[in-house]
Amino acid sequence: MSGVRPTRAARAGRAVVITVALLWSLGPVAYGVLLSVRPYADVTRDPLGLPSGLDLSAFTTAMRDEADGGFGLGRFVLNSLGVAAGTVALSILVCVLGAYAAARLRYRGRAVTNGVILAVYLFPGIVLAVPKFVILSRLGLTSSLVGLLIVYVAATVPVALYMMRNFFLALPRSVEEAAIMDGCSLGQLLVRVVLPIAVPGVVATAIYVFMIAWNEYFYALLFLVQHRDLWTAPLGIAQLGDFQVPVTVLLAGSIAVTVPVVIVFFLAQRYIVSGLVQGAER
Amino acid sequence: MTARTPGDTLARRENRRGWLLVSPSLAVVALVVLLPFVLVVVFGFSDMRLVDIPYLGTEPVAWTLDNFRQAAASQAFRGALWTTVLYAGLTSAGSVAVGLALALALRRPFAGRGLVRALLLVPYVLPVVAAATIWKTALNPQYGVVNAFGRAYLGWETPVGFLSTTSAEVWGVPVPVALLVVVLFDIWRSAPLAFLFLTARLQSVPGEIEEAAALDGANRRQALRFVLLPQLRAVALLLLLLRFIWSFQSFDDVYLLTEGAGSTQVMAIQVYTELVTKADIGSAAAFGLLMSLILVVLLIGYVLLSRRTDES
Repeated sequence: MSGVRPTRAARAGRAVVITVALLWSLGPVAYGVLLSVRPYADVTRDPLGLPSGLDLSAFTTAMRDEADGGFGLGRFVLNSLGVAAGTVALSILVCVLGAYAAARLRYRGRAVTNGVILAVYLFPGIVLAVPKFVILSRLGLTSSLVGLLIVYVAATVPVALYMMRNFFLALPRSVEEAAIMDGCSLGQLLVRVVLPIAVPGVVATAIYVFMIAWNEYFYALLFLVQHRDLWTAPLGIAQLGDFQVPVTVLLAGSIAVTVPVVIVFFLAQRYIVSGLVQGAER
Repeated sequence: MTARTPGDTLARRENRRGWLLVSPSLAVVALVVLLPFVLVVVFGFSDMRLVDIPYLGTEPVAWTLDNFRQAAASQAFRGALWTTVLYAGLTSAGSVAVGLALALALRRPFAGRGLVRALLLVPYVLPVVAAATIWKTALNPQYGVVNAFGRAYLGWETPVGFLSTTSAEVWGVPVPVALLVVVLFDIWRSAPLAFLFLTARLQSVPGEIEEAAALDGANRRQALRFVLLPQLRAVALLLLLLRFIWSFQSFDDVYLLTEGAGSTQVMAIQVYTELVTKADIGSAAAFGLLMSLILVVLLIGYVLLSRRTDES
């Protein structure tokens, strides 16, 4: 046993690694928060200074509508919320069904469909950006949030299927078998038996899907750059960076769109992580 | 275990149910992945521009190999390919290395380990736009904290344009500044994921193996080198491959930080430029196809490699 126990040097080394890692991970975020509560003139005059008070005007300026002298981030956030909520609803609906079939039902062609879905998950997304853009603009959807919603559902279905299948595989089979013996129909089985015990997994997947849609930048840029009223929050912040917007306002906007995701992620962290890394244990 | 029940009506019913449930997923995959894939091949081999979109499907396709010929002859394309390989290679190696160091450092329980683990995930959860905004501000030549610190304490005479400098001499060695900054940014954002996967794998290594190694007289370094690391090999290799694939096609990180300045024009930015700036769909599709060809070759190499190590 004694050979496995860390020496004092090893423990000191570990403390150093952990301290450096925390500074490296959180340092930039703390810097962003500190700047967002300082007046812009202060930041340019003394870049290394600390906040002298709590100045939240950058946040209100970022959020207020352009008509009120703000930068309209409030509206961008609403656009993002709408698209992300729609993506979660559609993607989860499709994936609960697909993941249950992949985890439990033995149908002909199951190996092939599972393989196709995994291949899609690994397929380079940028290659498909070109045809997706062409198809959706042929259909007149590239200048609308609906087009973005379609792309986001497609982008999240493979990873949501993968996560949810892992959750279903971890559930006990016995309850479902009893329900089938009792003559439960497929719909009853799913709604009354499977979903109630799968709630943590579904919620974790939903949060992960929400994060992907909320954070997405590339397709928003590709589709909506010309339509300022439709900008999502990430696109809005990135575009405003090219204008003469004070950096404190940009940072306030960045922090404002980050905080909700970080909080929600940490509430469901354990489930999301276990859904993602299952399969890595082997 | 319903399949064990005699009679094939049950099996047939399960078959029908399976297809019923999986069909929405397959429909999404077919419509939004397979169909676009067919189209990108068609576009790559045809002369098509943005202004042609309204006539799509009403006119016959004008087949041509010009897009590929131009890509092969283009200096920009070859430059972007090299930049992308360098970027993806450095990023994947760096993120797995950092992830491994973190996973090993946090392997044994200590007070507050759960909290530290959670905090290390912050860069991974942060929206990429927010992360890029913070980094751009920190590296800004006028008011950024890095340059201010360098000038106040490290004796820098002029501010460094970290995101626009192609190459700078450091002690006589040319360093690709902007590219390294983008690599560092990507490692910062992606190492937590590698950390998660490696931690999961580490936790499933039975403690007895290490104890047995200690009983056999192995010291800590030997136990790490010969007992723990081999257990992590397969996951680490998979993580390297996945990160390479993802970074190889990464657009957001590079575009948001530099917009391609300072010799950071990666392939994804080239595809975007061909499509949006040059309005040339055919050429953008051809660039994309060449990218995926390279990735497919890489995937085949990985499969062959992992099969060989399985056998040995």
